[in-house]
Amino acid sequence: MSFYKPSFRHPESPKNKLGFTKTPYEGPISTLCAGCGHDSISAAIVQAVWDLNVEPHRVAKMSGIGCSSKSPAYFLNKAHGFNSVHGRMPSVTTGANVANGELLYIGVSGDGDTASIGMGQFAHVVRRNLNMMYIVENNGCYGLTKGQDSATADAGSKSKKGKINPFGSIDLAALALDLGATFVARSFSGDREQLIPLMQAAMSHKGFALIDIVSPCVTFNNHVGSTKSYDYTRDHVSAGSVIDFVPVEQEITLDQLKGSTQQVDLFDGNSVRLSKLNDDYDPTSRRAAMAALMEHKANEKLLTGLIYVDPDAAEFHEVLNLNETPLNELEQPTLCPGSDLLSEINQSFR
Amino acid sequence: MSPITKPPVLDPVVNDFVVKFANVNGSGSASANSMFAKAIFRMGIPVSPRNIFPSNIQGLPTWYEVRISEDGYLGRRGGQVELMVSVNPQSMVDDVKEVCPGGYFFYDNSYPLDFKLIRDDVHYIGLPLTDITNTNFTDPRQRQLFKNIIYVGALAYLVGIEFSALESIVNDTFKAKPKLIPPNIDALQLGFDEAQAAFANPLPMQLKRLDKNKGKILLEGNAACGLGAVYGGATVVAWYPITPSTSVIEGFEKYAKKLRVDPETGKNNYALVQAEDELSAIGMVIGANWNGARSFTATSGPGVSLMNEFLGLAYFAEVPAVLIDVQRVGPSTGMPTRTQQSDITSAAYASHGDTKNVLLLPATPKECFELTAASFDIAERLQTPVIMLTDLDLGMNEHICDELVWDDEYQYDRGKTYSAEDLDQIERYGRYIDKDGDGITYRTIPGRHPEKGMFFTRGTSRNEYAVYTEKGEEYEQNMQRLLLKWKTAPTYLPTPIETNRSDLNEIGIIHFGTSMAATHEAIDRLTKTGRNVNDLRLLAFPFHGEVEKFIERHEQIFVVEQNRDGQMKSLLVNELQIDPKRLVSILHFNGDPISASNVYGMIDEKLADQNSNSSLTG
Repeated sequence: MSFYKPSFRHPESPKNKLGFTKTPYEGPISTLCAGCGHDSISAAIVQAVWDLNVEPHRVAKMSGIGCSSKSPAYFLNKAHGFNSVHGRMPSVTTGANVANGELLYIGVSGDGDTASIGMGQFAHVVRRNLNMMYIVENNGCYGLTKGQDSATADAGSKSKKGKINPFGSIDLAALALDLGATFVARSFSGDREQLIPLMQAAMSHKGFALIDIVSPCVTFNNHVGSTKSYDYTRDHVSAGSVIDFVPVEQEITLDQLKGSTQQVDLFDGNSVRLSKLNDDYDPTSRRAAMAALMEHKANEKLLTGLIYVDPDAAEFHEVLNLNETPLNELEQPTLCPGSDLLSEINQSFR
Repeated sequence: MSPITKPPVLDPVVNDFVVKFANVNGSGSASANSMFAKAIFRMGIPVSPRNIFPSNIQGLPTWYEVRISEDGYLGRRGGQVELMVSVNPQSMVDDVKEVCPGGYFFYDNSYPLDFKLIRDDVHYIGLPLTDITNTNFTDPRQRQLFKNIIYVGALAYLVGIEFSALESIVNDTFKAKPKLIPPNIDALQLGFDEAQAAFANPLPMQLKRLDKNKGKILLEGNAACGLGAVYGGATVVAWYPITPSTSVIEGFEKYAKKLRVDPETGKNNYALVQAEDELSAIGMVIGANWNGARSFTATSGPGVSLMNEFLGLAYFAEVPAVLIDVQRVGPSTGMPTRTQQSDITSAAYASHGDTKNVLLLPATPKECFELTAASFDIAERLQTPVIMLTDLDLGMNEHICDELVWDDEYQYDRGKTYSAEDLDQIERYGRYIDKDGDGITYRTIPGRHPEKGMFFTRGTSRNEYAVYTEKGEEYEQNMQRLLLKWKTAPTYLPTPIETNRSDLNEIGIIHFGTSMAATHEAIDRLTKTGRNVNDLRLLAFPFHGEVEKFIERHEQIFVVEQNRDGQMKSLLVNELQIDPKRLVSILHFNGDPISASNVYGMIDEKLADQNSNSSLTG
């Protein structure tokens, strides 16, 4: 870990369409361990949001408690953030999002924060199809309390102290699929090429988008015998598709869709284009997605890529039938019915 | 069936007696009973009805106690009742015992009465309710429902309810379903006629029209809270069902549907989210408030316990939040459908670390409305959780109160929030800089300024610029500022209400919430026996300076509350450094609403003890 991060940037640093260099998308120096997978994910978020041309101050960074939940302090310096309580980021994000659906909500959680203490809230934010990108930085252990197994640690995986985990792991991608998630992806913090387009697609998706990212803990869970180490993950990863995020303005010709390529149009006009390794795989079929996950698991493979997407499902604002103006912008004349109506209401109490 | 010796005959009494209905839960009796009370209200007579119901949907005994008081006493009177309307064989053994000597036991004499239920000193008046309904109705559900209406009609004859008052209620109730009006009025008439035929004379307890309810309404506290939240500008409501708070949310939804739907788009200017649990409900409230929307939840004691961690976050990160706690009997699941004021310490100090929360203490539905509306101003002004403590008695029973008023000139106080324009004028924004020296700092709302005002909200310690810190002096400085804010808080809170009847400052009674009506009645009785009593009703915590002065000024202080441990006394002792021996607790906690007899009896006993002690020692 280094303690100094120069703020100087080359004057000719590239700018996105909004005219921003990367600087306002970055954050202060991370205090996570050197080599932590989470820092790669933060870097990918910076790149993805910059590429997507979202104004940094129109993003809200939400998290719970844990190493992963600290990371929003280290990216998007010009965005508000909320580091809430352990496992409860989904509810805080739900309240914030209902109050103003116009911001881009990026939730960062970990495997302890989501699969253990926050399991209840995770399940229900999925069910509500809240419009957000929900990232799980999944390292199979509790880093901040020094390496205890988490609920995503695989059965048989060995801890740093040599203990074999006797419990089966919770597969968050499979769980989300079962709960009706409308965007489910999995990736690996070491696969930047895949991570960035996946994040862009997740942020463009209208509704709840989960990216379960294996993000090795270099300090407590990166040894031989662990199934969440860099080496193990690299050896067992199986990308279901090569993802290409296609911005709305880039026209796609039918030629490009030939062969094993499939395009899914997202709500905002952007699309994801998948170059599939397996022609039969259809990421718009929940049943196929579940089967693919289970098949890979049975073969001790980690299926990554866009596993499932339903771009048309109603997100929570639609379900609540909310007006277009965000609730947090309504003023007293709209909110308060006034004295005349109160006199009428009084009549009903006599 | 009648007792062998003749029971005593009550002196005729007008507009001052108690009627209690003993029903079976889920039999549709609630609306009939409420019609009885409302008719009395419409006759201009002060009346206070109370449901005493089980934690059950169908089958268990439930009671409805209606106190009629020409003097306007709206608390429970206490003691036995003049008229028991017994429609539930399950509870008859206990119900008979509750009738006062010379009182009346009205029952369904389609079946013979068990001789064990016969008391020498009670009048038994039977009407064959089952036979009458079976003769007049064929549908079993109708038989059940109209049986209730028929006994209301019979009571109209027996105690002198104006038939037109009952008719007007039927007309209003079924305005949307006019087909139901004639059969209900026929059933009322049927009961009235049957009673008239059976009993030559009405009872000695009679109702006579008064004009005491002008400008008054009859309303449940929970509905008033819901309406107050609409008026107070709440837009995000997150909740988890729990008795007795659920009807706060139902009230909000009812009025929001009428008053908060955009007439052009048909879309909602409010969001109602049923959460998966209380933790999530308060989390959503905090998230919405953080984002600049007014947001609240309603719950009861168990919910407050679950919300503890989040309340500490809101206190420490200084996020506004409003929580309405409709208290019920604890600890644990306790008696979910009975009333208590027993969440005072758990709410005041909810969460770990040095946390203190603002409390509001309404006593009437009107105050439920006003304080709920005001709670959003207070929460945003103080940037902290505000917990309103009502209780089951206030929340789920209809109470007479002054009609609701709203001042159209009144502007919401949105507290200290920097707009984008404000931020343009500032060199460097610091979320926790105490610019004004009152402990309250300036918030910003996410997404409003491209360059300035953003910060990382966190439950960890941080410096004035919201940057993480573990430096002891920075942590301490922040905690001291929070304490300064706490000392500022009373400026924005409703002041206690003092009633001084005597300059002698002998006896001072402190009370709050639903103990008010019973305490005021007890004070009238104490005054009549020559005691000099003043009282102070608390409306908020932290306490105003007046509270300490009131305690200092009086020779003897009683604190009336509905819990076992004297929780408000603890708060007074703890926060004001009062000698605990100075405060004598008057406690009632059996789950029934406190009565005037409870308060009077306990204070009188304590005063008598003191007199005998002082005469022994003196």
